[in-house]
Amino acid sequence: MTAATLLSYDDALARFDPVLGLEVHVELNTASKMFCACPTTFGAAPNSQVCPVCLGLPGALPVLNERAVAAAIRIGLALNCSIAAECRFARKNYFYPDMPKNFQTSQYDEPIAYDGWTEVAVDEAAYRIEIERVHMEEDTGKSLHVGGATGRIHGASHSLVDYNRAGIPLIEIVTKPIIGTGAAAPVVARAYVTHLRELLLSLGVSDVRMEQGSLRCDANASLRLGQDAPFGTRTETKNVNSLRSVERAVRYEICRQAAVLTDGGTVTQETRHWHEDTGITTPGRSKEQAEDYRYFPEPDLAPIAPDVAWVEQLRATLPEGPGRRRSRLQAAWGFSDLDMRDVVGAGALALVEQTIGAGAAPAAAKKWWLTELARRANEQGVELAELPVGPEQVAQVQALIDTGRINDKLARSVFDGLLAGEGTPEEIVAARGLEVVSDETALGAAVDRAIEANPGAADKVRAGKAAAAGALIGAVMAEMRGQADAGRVRDLILAKLSP
Amino acid sequence: MPADPPSGGALTREDVAHLAGLARIDLTAAELDHLAPQLAVILESVAKVAEVAHGDVPATSHPLPLSNVFRSDDVRPGLTAEEALANAPEVEQQRFSVPRILGADE
Repeated sequence: MTAATLLSYDDALARFDPVLGLEVHVELNTASKMFCACPTTFGAAPNSQVCPVCLGLPGALPVLNERAVAAAIRIGLALNCSIAAECRFARKNYFYPDMPKNFQTSQYDEPIAYDGWTEVAVDEAAYRIEIERVHMEEDTGKSLHVGGATGRIHGASHSLVDYNRAGIPLIEIVTKPIIGTGAAAPVVARAYVTHLRELLLSLGVSDVRMEQGSLRCDANASLRLGQDAPFGTRTETKNVNSLRSVERAVRYEICRQAAVLTDGGTVTQETRHWHEDTGITTPGRSKEQAEDYRYFPEPDLAPIAPDVAWVEQLRATLPEGPGRRRSRLQAAWGFSDLDMRDVVGAGALALVEQTIGAGAAPAAAKKWWLTELARRANEQGVELAELPVGPEQVAQVQALIDTGRINDKLARSVFDGLLAGEGTPEEIVAARGLEVVSDETALGAAVDRAIEANPGAADKVRAGKAAAAGALIGAVMAEMRGQADAGRVRDLILAKLSP
Repeated sequence: MPADPPSGGALTREDVAHLAGLARIDLTAAELDHLAPQLAVILESVAKVAEVAHGDVPATSHPLPLSNVFRSDDVRPGLTAEEALANAPEVEQQRFSVPRILGADE
């Protein structure tokens, strides 16, 4: 696995025009699987959420999950797609142990939704992304490869398969070729996936957690000689499992293909594998050609013909468009234009909204996501939404502050605990001994000592200069190791020194 | 669906070898010689149906005029892991153990 020769990004863009295509797979958050009543809980013991249908045992018959179909239609509508009057499932035949049936039930030439578009904003520019299709399929089982290097399939002696994931409803969203982005191609790719994730989150159809695989992206990229030249040969990069990787993988492929072409070579049409650790792509397994899947209509599932009334009913459940949503939230939260741009730019809109929904004040919700948590996400090179801290927990931390149990400084330590997976905010406060000292006797004694040690400041306060209390508050807080409510300390000092 | 049978209708020995490869069935040259013509005859016989079905009979993927057969999104218990793995030739870490997936040259 060696890194390919790369052309610099600037040189690549000077010579070629990139064309992208993005395929996003999203696992729906239905309670049960696509074609059977098995649960879909993430992280369950291996092969504990399976039945004859998803194990492909003889004679088992699939029945379609209505909520999954409704979610697929809502996704299609939210992407401005036409909804098929009638469509079917097909069998995609292949022999690979991740599907015990030896076929994947998928949609082929009759997707549930097609011909849509969505708009993605990058800085001040808007890019219209055309959607080719939105189709339903089922997820596959999860393989552990044993005996090779670091769990890779290459060199493995055998593989172990867990079918809990097999049959979980999956929606595939495919763009048409994305052209005209020029040098912004990698950023547009990332912005599109970010936008899709926000959209899917607002639809409430998926957890969209890339690190858990409930949102996965395959990035196609090709280069052509100019805006009017025919498309070049494309590669499909798989395993692009974070927003940052989407951008990096596209950028890498542009530089790699540019080097191949500049050297007089030809790009091989192939599936490539993204390596998060090294930041490169390598050729994947040779893929069976489309006709080799021998698709045919799934005889065990009746066609789907969503009636117009149902589609309109689902349309009525769509969340408002992003523009209107932003204005509404801005008004409700009392944020300035600048505040709002910071929140949206940080990809924190839904997180802040949910934190407020869980009880935190808007300013507090914004503060934690845009300062403390943004810093930590940045340190770890992940998106805010990928941190193991959620809106509910942020609201719980803020509630502890609001009730005077901890202060802002101690809250940072609670976030340390949350990121380390030490339990709920309440448990972390108890385990780490973070509660502020609200024992009035102890506080009063500390205040007395501070006044004694700082007679000058004390005299100024006595003379009516309340601002001079700062030095005394600082002394008390230092003695309490930060574990006191500064507001309460100030009140105590002022009461003791009132003229 | 575009997954048309091989053009020309007649199934060739190469078609059968290709399908056998996709299906992971190892056929000897003698078996191919023997099976290819047999399969061709079967396909030709089935193709006779097309002669009966004229333009007024639409292509049919499902025999019953049913659509929208749904179940509600309710969870029901399936098999236990022990039951699920009972017929597995090999079990390791509560998972189905399967032979190496990629060949040595892949």
